[in-house]
Amino acid sequence: MATLEIKDLHVSVVSEDAPKEILKGVDLTIKAGETHAIMGPNGSGKSTLSYAIAGHPKYTITSGTVTLDGEDVLEMSVDERARAGLFLAMQYPVEVPGVSMSNFLRTAATAVRGEAPNLRHWVKEVKGAMADLDIDPAFAERSVNEGFSGGEKKRHEILQLGLLQPKIAILDETDSGLDVDALRVVSEGVNRYKASGEVGVMLITHYTRILKYIQPDFVHVFANGRIVESGGRELADVLESEGYVKYTGSKEAAALS
Amino acid sequence: MTAAAEQRTPTTVQSPLTQEETIASLGNYEFGWADSDTAGASARRGLSEDVVRDISAKKSEPEWMLEYRLKALKLFDLKPMPSWGADLSGIDFDSIKYFVRSTEKQATSWEDLPEDIKNTYDRLGIPEAEKQRLVAGVAAQYESEVVYHQIREDLEEKGVLFLDTDTALKEQPELFREYFGSVIPAGDNKFSALNAATWSGGSFIYVPKGVHVDIPLQAYFRINTENMGQFERTLIIVDEDAYVHYVEGCTAPIYSSDSLHSAVVEIIVKKGGRCRYTTIQNWSNNVYNLVTKRAKAEEGATMEWVDGNIGSKVTMKYPAVFLMGEHAKGEVLSIAFAGEGQHQDAGAKMVHMAPHTSSTIISKSVARGGGRTSYRGLVQVNKRAHHSKSTVKCDALLVDTISRSDTYPYVDVREDDVQMGHEATVSKVSEDQLFYLMSRGLNEDEAMAMIVRGFVEPIARELPMEYALELNRLIELQMEGAVG
Repeated sequence: MATLEIKDLHVSVVSEDAPKEILKGVDLTIKAGETHAIMGPNGSGKSTLSYAIAGHPKYTITSGTVTLDGEDVLEMSVDERARAGLFLAMQYPVEVPGVSMSNFLRTAATAVRGEAPNLRHWVKEVKGAMADLDIDPAFAERSVNEGFSGGEKKRHEILQLGLLQPKIAILDETDSGLDVDALRVVSEGVNRYKASGEVGVMLITHYTRILKYIQPDFVHVFANGRIVESGGRELADVLESEGYVKYTGSKEAAALS
Repeated sequence: MTAAAEQRTPTTVQSPLTQEETIASLGNYEFGWADSDTAGASARRGLSEDVVRDISAKKSEPEWMLEYRLKALKLFDLKPMPSWGADLSGIDFDSIKYFVRSTEKQATSWEDLPEDIKNTYDRLGIPEAEKQRLVAGVAAQYESEVVYHQIREDLEEKGVLFLDTDTALKEQPELFREYFGSVIPAGDNKFSALNAATWSGGSFIYVPKGVHVDIPLQAYFRINTENMGQFERTLIIVDEDAYVHYVEGCTAPIYSSDSLHSAVVEIIVKKGGRCRYTTIQNWSNNVYNLVTKRAKAEEGATMEWVDGNIGSKVTMKYPAVFLMGEHAKGEVLSIAFAGEGQHQDAGAKMVHMAPHTSSTIISKSVARGGGRTSYRGLVQVNKRAHHSKSTVKCDALLVDTISRSDTYPYVDVREDDVQMGHEATVSKVSEDQLFYLMSRGLNEDEAMAMIVRGFVEPIARELPMEYALELNRLIELQMEGAVG
């Protein structure tokens, strides 16, 4: 059973003058079958956590460990992490001009699965997955993320999640910028993924509204580079009514809606 | 076919590479083998009046051609080396072999080719293309001369001529003399003069009025001898409302000292005709590739150059269209790759001579490993060419921080009522793009190759399918080990 284990993780980012510590000792264990919501105000380091786990070169791990089923994730290159079963749905997916979505998806599936998917099954699989997310089939021939609206980008991140079937999925503010309908469609996509097997989800969000669609088993409050409180579903309700002010001391950064 | 000929046929046909073989071949220039070289070994080096006379005599040419060659030789001696563009100081004109005859007679079937030459083209996959009817005609030039030639019968019946240029001089003397040198005079530049003095081989095409050649005519150029100079001469005449697409590919072995390829290509597109000329140049990295290409487009005619420069040590090539008649159109689409030790100085030249003419230049270049790409282009709109339009778009991609790209756009407008557009960008492969693709399981080389393929896609899609696939494979080769 898949387990992602993060222990005392410290992460710095190189800014203009000196390295700046963003994560100051994160401890978190996510097991298959569990959904963990990471909630916190802007600038608390939530996205840094997701990028550090995925291996973005901008972030330097200064101490701590990350393991997936006991394997040292921090020793792996970005693509090895993906092939080991980690997936990051990004908040701002980049555009890759001239590369069609269908080519990209098939190349990614081939890399992650270790062999090229059977073409006939693959076409059916992609068509079905796109239909489930209300994605116009014409997107298959468009360049990766190029000219996509925010909502279209998010749907395509979840499309990749469904096709690549990672062991552990990290969703970085997948709900940001989505209208109600899109939020529902995207959430249903995440729930289908959860139901498809023994998988774990780390759901990073600023707002509680996505938790109405995706039920978390655990809620963690993230502030100032670490987890400051953990609880069950009910913790989200507390945050909903009280905001983050208790953890940050600042009203401005604490606004929930 | 005779029994003897059958015996010489190899039992295995060159099949497309399996994935494993393709991967195994990555990182190597796969056309770098050399065949035994008896013809080249005995060829003389250096250029003189004697050499030029000897070439002309060996070909039993008419007197006027010998005179033309000798005049061109004088011009070559007079013309200075171009002082702009790429560094040409490594060319040693005295060490070059100007004429190498590899076989006495031209073959009309692959089986009749000498064994070593046939092996070369088998390995390059040329007979396959013909067998699979991807082409309407094939020419293969080995060293100085065309060794194999074939055209589909129905096209021949319609009056389409597809000959090697030496044969055309003999068999079509009037047509030949009318157009030869009419677009590019011998004294146009030092290398066109060199070609005019020493030319040998190349393609001669004539497409009669209204005839559409539905699939491409293809030529394949191969240099085998070390220090070889290949000076093919191509002349294409597309008559009124006719159409042809001509495709050429080029490879050479890897040697420690340099070879020279200096071709001249002249094209005449008559009223309402259309010509597309596609080149995938993949010379090994010891070839100086200095080519003069120019077309004249008459009223309502369209000329399209599609130019891929992947190989060579130095390329200087600026396909030109002279828009001579109203509503004539010119287009240049070019891709250039420069890796370690390579300089691709490529571009285009559009000369508007008549009203309502339009031109488009789209150039994409990729530099890596310390390679250098330059876009060099001229758009000239002459007096009376009112209501002309021109669009230039050049994008350069730098894969690392040690490579270089420059843009030299020249614009010369002598008429008021014209529309001009110019866009140029230089970009780097972004860390975020690489991260995104790698986070989906692609390794760094695959991710880089995907980004580069995407970058050149707008031009790759204009290539015939098998060439687009070839281009993709070449990009992967070029990108192998490009990072880290």
